[in-house]
Amino acid sequence: MNVENSLATAAALSQRIALTTRKLTLAYDGTSIISDLDLAIPAGKITVLVGSNGCGKSTLLRGLARLLKPRHGTVYLDSASIFKLSTKDVAKRLGILPQGPVAPEGLTVRELVAQGRYPHQNWLQQWSKEDEWMVEQALSITDMIELADRSLDTLSGGQRQRAWIAMSLAQNTDILLLDEPTTFLDLAHQIEVLDLLYDLNQTQGRTIVMVLHDLNQACRYADCLVAIAQGQVVAQGEPAQIMTEALVREVFGLESRIIQDPVVGTPLCIPVGRRR
Amino acid sequence: MNHWITVRSRQISFRIDRRVPIVLIVLGLISFAIVILSLGQGEYPISPINVLKTLLKLETDNADYDFIIYTLRLPRALIAFLVGVGFAISGAILQGITRNPLAAPDVIGINGGASVVAVSLIVLFPSAPGFVLPIAAFAGALVAAILIYLLAWNGGSSPIRLILIGIGIMALTNAVTSVMLTFGQINSVSQAWIWITGSVYGRSWEHLLPLLPWLIVLIPLALLLSRDLNVLHLGDDVARGVGSRVEWQRIVLLITSVALTGASVATAGTVGFVGLMAPHLARQLVGAGYEGLLPTAALMGGMITVLADLLGRTLFAPTELPCGVITATIGAPYFLYLLYQNRHQ
Repeated sequence: MNVENSLATAAALSQRIALTTRKLTLAYDGTSIISDLDLAIPAGKITVLVGSNGCGKSTLLRGLARLLKPRHGTVYLDSASIFKLSTKDVAKRLGILPQGPVAPEGLTVRELVAQGRYPHQNWLQQWSKEDEWMVEQALSITDMIELADRSLDTLSGGQRQRAWIAMSLAQNTDILLLDEPTTFLDLAHQIEVLDLLYDLNQTQGRTIVMVLHDLNQACRYADCLVAIAQGQVVAQGEPAQIMTEALVREVFGLESRIIQDPVVGTPLCIPVGRRR
Repeated sequence: MNHWITVRSRQISFRIDRRVPIVLIVLGLISFAIVILSLGQGEYPISPINVLKTLLKLETDNADYDFIIYTLRLPRALIAFLVGVGFAISGAILQGITRNPLAAPDVIGINGGASVVAVSLIVLFPSAPGFVLPIAAFAGALVAAILIYLLAWNGGSSPIRLILIGIGIMALTNAVTSVMLTFGQINSVSQAWIWITGSVYGRSWEHLLPLLPWLIVLIPLALLLSRDLNVLHLGDDVARGVGSRVEWQRIVLLITSVALTGASVATAGTVGFVGLMAPHLARQLVGAGYEGLLPTAALMGGMITVLADLLGRTLFAPTELPCGVITATIGAPYFLYLLYQNRHQ
């Protein structure tokens, strides 16, 4: 997939671009995971990265968030290379929630959420009115006000994940990246978290980029689906347009049937196993 | 809003957990009371009232009190308090940057580095002048910390690796220290042994003065860095995500911690487990936010050490136990308890 295609896809969604990668090569300990990738992430939309285990989708997300230095190429935030900007300036515009973050023992929800204000503070201004307002706002959007003074280790998995999302919201960035925000949650809590992210996108127009494991949830929530295999983008576009049985075969090596989701009409992937 | 106390003016603003001021006042009062009791204890007992009168330079019925308290006992009590403060802040910082509740300068081998150099000096060069010892201890702590950091560094310093390497360094320094103690002259070995266990015996103003500048510089620095400690405590990725310069800040914090430990060890030897216990107890009182945790841990550490010194002098009087023996007697089971608790999480 070249950059023209990617840009064309984004243009088809009639959107501005939030993040662009140009010839991005990401490697861990000398093994490259993503190579020469050109990708454009539309602004104000929900983009979901999908792919099989080890395909490089989490690595790509870390690269987009400047947590991983690329071996070649770069990531552009608007028109500036993300590595040329100060990390604090990037943090004012782009938030990242890594996979399975762990809070120190005894930390309260409110204390955690307040840490999201870090890039907006300095030695003298450590707790402005705006900081306080943003934290209360983030707690209220995520419905965490009641639990704000509880310590994180006393909460359920879903509540804990909402607290971390609240921290990212308090950071008040236009772009929010999340790595498998639904992992380790039961189905009801998965939907709860995805609905919350959907609302954030709808009501505040935030750009959301996330890695999801569940293909059907990805199809349901994504405006723009990015399918990744062997460190390359195989397809990018609206789920209804790109989700085919051939794509599932290529990306996951799995035979399947695609039907329409009876609830929302998005593609629904039914795997074909041996037990028919 | 009753969870935080907020202070705001046009130029500055900060917040602190609402429990912090009252906890600090209470800890301060208890520490003060222990110091008063401690100043009255000894071969020549003085009542707390007379101790207070002497401190306030009021008239007392015995002219010797002034000399006993100001010259003999006060520097010792102050040193005990201040090294406790140093160890506690050092431990609190280490627990934050390693994200490990079991980290403390004595657990990851920084004290070990100080000990091995100091003991070698005492055993191999018994005739070396006294002022060399603190410098040697400080250098040892620094070398151990640099070694731990370099060995643990691999394109980014992982917290777990830091702890494992630290434990290795500690084993190594303990081995060398044991060799020194086994083959040294009996006189110098017993002197070295007292120093290792940590003691404020016979400390005077001349020992206190070199410690002060370190604390005056490092404690405010640690407090300024508490916001950075808060985000580092959430993990490297989260910290980078909110815009922290992780590697740089970790180095500055590590150096601050080592310098505090080095200065404290140099003054009073390795008073064990204060750096482990004080931050834990403080966290129980004021929560995990470092703005409040650091000052609370500091007072807690000072209080523990002064109390340990008082107990060491009174429990088996006239035999005197080094305060490090007392802190280790309480601290070692506490460490095991934390270890056990951690296993069950």
